This record gives sequence, structure tokens and C-alpha cells, in this order.
Amino acid sequence: MTNENNSLAEKKTPPIYPVKTKVQVSIIFFVILGIYLFSMFWTQKEMVGGFSGAFENMFTVMEKFFPPNFGVIGAIWGPLVETIQMAIIATTIAAILTVPLAVLAARNVTTFKPLYYTTRTVLNILRTIPDLVLAVIFVGLFGIGLFPGILALVVFSLGILAKLISETIEAVDMNPLEAMRASGGNVYQVIWYALVPQVLPQFTSLVLYVFEINIRASVVLGFVGAGGIGLILNQQLGFYNYPNAMMIIVLIFAVVIIIEYISTKLREALI
Amino acid sequence: MIEFKDVSLVYPNGTEGLKKINTTIKDGEFVVIVGLSGAGKSTFIRSINRLVTPTSGSLQVDGEDILNYRSGNLRKLRTKVGMIFQNYNLVKRSNVLKNVLAGRLGHTGTLRSILNLYKKEDISLAYESLKRVNIDEKIYNRADELSGGQQQRVSIARVLTQKPKYILADEPVASLDPPTSHQVMTYLKKINKEDNITTIVNLHFIDMAMEYADRIIGMRAGEVVFDGPVSEVSEKTFEEIYGRSIREDDLRGGADES
Ligand SMILES: Nc1ncnc2c1ncn2[C@@H]1O[C@H](COP(=O)(O)OP(=O)(O)O)[C@@H](O)[C@H]1O
Ligand SMILES: [Mg+2]
Repeated sequence: MTNENNSLAEKKTPPIYPVKTKVQVSIIFFVILGIYLFSMFWTQKEMVGGFSGAFENMFTVMEKFFPPNFGVIGAIWGPLVETIQMAIIATTIAAILTVPLAVLAARNVTTFKPLYYTTRTVLNILRTIPDLVLAVIFVGLFGIGLFPGILALVVFSLGILAKLISETIEAVDMNPLEAMRASGGNVYQVIWYALVPQVLPQFTSLVLYVFEINIRASVVLGFVGAGGIGLILNQQLGFYNYPNAMMIIVLIFAVVIIIEYISTKLREALI
Repeated sequence: MIEFKDVSLVYPNGTEGLKKINTTIKDGEFVVIVGLSGAGKSTFIRSINRLVTPTSGSLQVDGEDILNYRSGNLRKLRTKVGMIFQNYNLVKRSNVLKNVLAGRLGHTGTLRSILNLYKKEDISLAYESLKRVNIDEKIYNRADELSGGQQQRVSIARVLTQKPKYILADEPVASLDPPTSHQVMTYLKKINKEDNITTIVNLHFIDMAMEYADRIIGMRAGEVVFDGPVSEVSEKTFEEIYGRSIREDDLRGGADES
């Protein structure tokens, strides 16, 4: 009896993963490793002067940045606030527009297939356009200022938010929705009573997260003419006024850290 | 009164859920549908509030054929037919009161319900319903803080708040232990008698069917294979319905414990 068991165990110890999976994972691993090695080699070859030249250059430039000019704080405060406002307005508009889009892009709620696929496709296309490109396009269309920046951020955030939230909606418990429908609720009541409570914490958390991204993105967008502190920073760098530029960088750094800290704490409290 | 006339239902994948069902359920009856898993019990019950739509025949509720109902009529139908589910189907993150008030959705305008502007009567009705199933002290608890039996009682309170004429219960005790199962069935039976609400319950436990039903409908493979008062039912009837001999797990047991 014992003998029989032993020989059975020897013959039939199954691998934890199927052989096919093992082979697939190994192939993927080696392909990725290959890509890494290749690109490392390539960058080395393209970097004329190598690292030592870069370091030398860096120090001479860095010296010019110090000390930062504290005198400009008063003057740059306005554009900095503008940048934050740009992120707040853009995130708010995106959060509102996301709601219908996310619902339409959720397979479990939008059962009408063509509508679902159309929304999905539009969102996928939106997400392929980098925020900088959006800003360049809108600055071209509407001229330099905050408006094209806000527009770029709205479109950019919509792509991320609607996709992530539609996935949250697809993961909800459908049972309460059925119960609401069975008790005579209409579509809006079903969504409001059974869907919203399940999605709301995740929704708020994602909106805050996108807000963090937008704060940083709005600085960068200023470089291409979308207003705010980025525009000023770009100008100061253009005038070779490095102490002013340094002050702006320090200020942005502080603001980003503070906002991220608050936002992270809020998100922790939500989930 | 609910009248099935030659009602058949073929699912899109070709499965025949119901095959030429003919039966009448009179007002105030407490009917238990029994049958093995896959016999068509859920399909039968869900046809009555049109969560599924039969593909042929006529199904009348209070003298009106409900099979061609569209959104407006459907809402009205569902407002007078309450439903209880195996998994309670509460919104887990919402509190008990809010879950119970959802029973008023069919009676409440969209704007009013979205702004939480329930009428005073509705709120006191919700509270009364919770009292009737003895769970009023949990009114502000989140639904997921309650045990399975308590959640099912909340879902009964939700149906009561709906003030329905009919109650459909799809395997309401399948996820509960024996004493809690009897408690839930006792509440359903009590409501049926006190409010004269016609009640149709799907069960696969033979002993519970015998204890609570006035009338038993047996289903097998989408067909009604038995229909009669409990007094006419014996173990042999069940063996005919199930197409096999009765086993231990066909019984819930624990009637004396509750
Ligand atoms: N949505 C569906 N699509 C296809 N077949 C289904 C669907 N729902 C149920 N069925 C099939 O219909 C038959 C009856 O199911 P059901 O009414 O759920 O039985 P019961 O509730 O008695 O277990 C089963 O064969 C089941 O597999
Ligand atoms: Mg079933």
C-alpha cells in the first residue's frame, strides 16, 4: 500500500505551472533582457563625450543657479497660483465629463455593444496623444494662455480617468443593481443607488491621483505656451537668469510635495 | 392572480428554460417551487417580474399580459412584485436604512430619489418594515457589517417597504444555516398571512417546502411535473420530481433548533 503510494507520487508530481506557461514566460523574459542589453549598448555609442564630459558641464551650469533669488517670490506667486488653478479647473471638468464616458465604456452597464465599442475606441485614441502634443495643438488653435493649457489637461485627464473608472465599474457587484431594477427603479435610480456607492471611493481617489499628475503636467505645459509658472520659468531660462529660475524650481518643488502629501493622505483615508 | 398559459422560454444559446408551462397562482397563496438545480425554478420566478422574458405563450398578472410590457409598464409591474434573492443583493457600502428605502424607488420620481428627498411616510414605512423583521436597531449600520441572516431580513424589509402585491423569493435560504433559514421562512410566511401578499418561493429543501408551503409546484427540465397542495405530497412525489431517491442534502433540517 505504502509502496504503491510512493511510486504514484514519484511518477505524477505535477509542476506548479504548466510547461507551456513556463516556456512562454522564459521566452518573454529573454526577449526583454535582449531589448535592455541592446538599448544600453546603443545609448553608450550615441553619447559622444561620455559621462565625464556631461558631469563637468553640469557643475559649471549648476554653479550659475546658486544662490536662488528670493526677491522674485512676490512676482512669481501669481503665475504659480495660476498653474495650480489650471490643474484644479482641468481636473474638475475632467472628473465631471468622465462620469458619462466611464459608464458608456463599462461593458456590464452599457449592454448596447456598438455604443460601448465606440466609447472605448475614442478613449483609446485620446490616450495615445501625449499631453505636450495636446498643449501644442491647443496653443496653436487658441493662442498662448491658460485656456489652451486647461483644454489640454482636460483631454489628457479624460483619457486616463474614464478608462480607469470604467474598469472600476466593470468590477462592481451586479447583484444590487438587479435588485434595484427588480423593485421598479429606472436606469438613473439604479445607477445612483446601486452603482455610485460602490464606485465613489475609488472615483475620488483616482481623481485626486490625476490631480497630482496634472499639477506637474501643468508646469511642463507652460513651456509650450500654456500659461502659468511654466511659461515664466521658460522665459527666465531663456534670459539666462538662472537665480530666478532656481527660485521658481524650488517653489514648484515645495508646492508639488505639499499637494502630493495632502492628496496621498486623503486617498489613504478613502480606501 | 398570475396565469401562465403555454409559457415557454428559450435562452439565446438555445437552452430551453421553460417548456409550455400552464399554471395559475391565486391571490394570497404561499407557493413553493421545488426541483433540482437547473430545473427552471429561477427562470419561472424571474419571468413573473420580467427579469427574463418568455419567448412564447402568455403570462398574465392581474389579468394583463405582461410579455409585451415596455419600460413604463415594466416599472409599474415591478413595483407591485417584490423580489428576494439568494445573495440578499444589498448595496454593501450603504447603510441599512438607505438599502430599505430603495424599496420605494418604483414609487418615487427620479429627481426626488436622487436628492434623497423621501416623503416622511416613506421613511417611517421603512422603519416600520425594519421593526417587523426585528432589525430596527441596525438602522445606521453598513449592510456589510451584518450577518447573512440579518442581511436577508434587511432585504425582506426592503421588499415590505415596496408594499408589493406579490413577493418572489429565489432560494432565499440557500446561503444560510438551518436555524437562520427557518427564521427567514417564518418571516416570509407571517408576512404572507398578515398582509395577504401572494408569495412564491424557490427552494430545493424538501423538509422546508413541506413545512411552509400551502401548495407545491415541482419542476424538472423546464416542465411542471407536479402541482398540488402539501397534503397530497409524499416522499414519493419528491422522488418523482427529482427523478431519483431522496438524499440527506435534500433536507435542511434543524427545525427544532430555531
Ligand atoms: N442566462 C442564461 N443563458 C442560458 N441558459 C441559461 C441562463 N440562465 C439559465 N439557463 C439555463 O436554463 C436552465 C434553467 O435554469 P434555472 O432557471 O436557473 O434553474 P434553477 O433555478 O432551477 O436552478 C438551466 O439549464 C440553465 O443552465
Ligand atoms: Mg436558481
